Amino acid sequence: MSTGQEQRTIRCLVAKVGLDGHDRGAHVIARAFRDAGFEVIYSGLHRAPEEIVQAAVQEDVDVLGISILSGAHNTLIPKVIEGLKEYGAFADTLVIVGGIVPEEDRADLKAAGVAEIFGPGTPMQETIDFVRENVSR
Amino acid sequence: MSEAGVDDLVAGVLDGEHRALARAITTIENREPGYRDLVAALHAHTGDAEVIGVTGSPGAGKSTLVDKLAKSYRDRGLTVGVIAVDPSSPYSGGAVLGDRIRMASNVGDMAVFFRSMSARGQLGGLSTATGDAITALDAFGKDRIIVETVGAGQNEVDVVRTADTVVVLVQPGSGDDVQMLKAGILEIGDVFVVNKADMDGAATTVTDLREMLHLRDGSTAGAAGHHGLGSMADGDDADDEADGWDPTVIETIATEGEGVDDLIDTLDDHYAYLRETGELDRRERTRYAEKIRQLLRSDAASLLEGEIERHGGMDTLVDEVQARETDPYTVADRILAPLADCVDRERD
Repeated sequence: MSTGQEQRTIRCLVAKVGLDGHDRGAHVIARAFRDAGFEVIYSGLHRAPEEIVQAAVQEDVDVLGISILSGAHNTLIPKVIEGLKEYGAFADTLVIVGGIVPEEDRADLKAAGVAEIFGPGTPMQETIDFVRENVSR
Repeated sequence: MSEAGVDDLVAGVLDGEHRALARAITTIENREPGYRDLVAALHAHTGDAEVIGVTGSPGAGKSTLVDKLAKSYRDRGLTVGVIAVDPSSPYSGGAVLGDRIRMASNVGDMAVFFRSMSARGQLGGLSTATGDAITALDAFGKDRIIVETVGAGQNEVDVVRTADTVVVLVQPGSGDDVQMLKAGILEIGDVFVVNKADMDGAATTVTDLREMLHLRDGSTAGAAGHHGLGSMADGDDADDEADGWDPTVIETIATEGEGVDDLIDTLDDHYAYLRETGELDRRERTRYAEKIRQLLRSDAASLLEGEIERHGGMDTLVDEVQARETDPYTVADRILAPLADCVDRERD
């Protein structure tokens, strides 16, 4: 017996974390993801790491895209990843980061669990393709 | 999903694991294999939650009001589930789900489970999976479940079939708005909220709305006599018993949380009314009857899809019809006849 049509849609949370009011990039990526057929949940500005975790867990997203331009990535992003682990949500959430991240910080962030970091000027399609190829489910 | 996977998920949901609940709703939403078993297993554990539907035009303040409602329920020691539906793109199928931004009062409070859903092409203000997602939240043990529809204009009235109490949000400022509501939405509200009550024109909107509701019910008492902020629901009055529930109009300023307690009192009154009059029971029966019919229709449709394939696929059948070798009626009979025979045999 049929179980109905399966409708697999990639869900992502586009999140702004910390004291960083620059959301143009987040809006642009949210729109690009929408046009790629993803379902995008936008967190809004100035979110604490716990709020991002709460949203990512409840929304059961495949992708968590953190947009950060404040320079506080070394503090905030590991906190988010810790939170995801606490709820058992890290293993199947693809964590990507967009924004300004100096070269020397990248290795540490990746070691902490960030799958990829997209700097300024990254073609939108590159990010979309990366997500499509790397979502785990 | 394997049978064991479904069992684990059910156990997790009943155990109060947020991750399991989130995953269960995804399974339901994607119609993943096993989702039927999942919903079926959860059904036995439902029936305790009050479901409140919130609808209204885009920008009326639905999300903000839902946030404040959730907060007030939390202050009263109740747990809350929220499902917020936003439209999906007719072009890409994608969506930007932005209702979460307004959930500022409940951050860090995991006892408010907020879930954004895309309408996934459905008109009517809800997605197909919304009802099943409510089942999951109910089984999880949420006391109140708030369903926020797509910003609705006139005919997005599906929420009526899903919620116990329907709240319709109206924006002040134009009588035209209210006129527009006349045909569809005005008919479905149990409680009307004029949000942004501090804006110019709010009083007029309240008056217009009461007048309109008054006409709708065709009653001579009630509507004109409401008192605005703090007004009590008329459903408790013995006089109104025969007329059923008289929709109440409430003024709120959602951004300030003003009027939200009145709204909650009215929602409680409405639920009490539903319970006392047996209407709750009747609505539930209607809901399940529709659900069964809907499932049968879609199951029968997929059964038939299989039969079409067995007869060589739709293209082949159309070729025959187009070549005038046969006609649509004969084709339909040919496909259906074995199934009908089978049903007859089983029945004997």
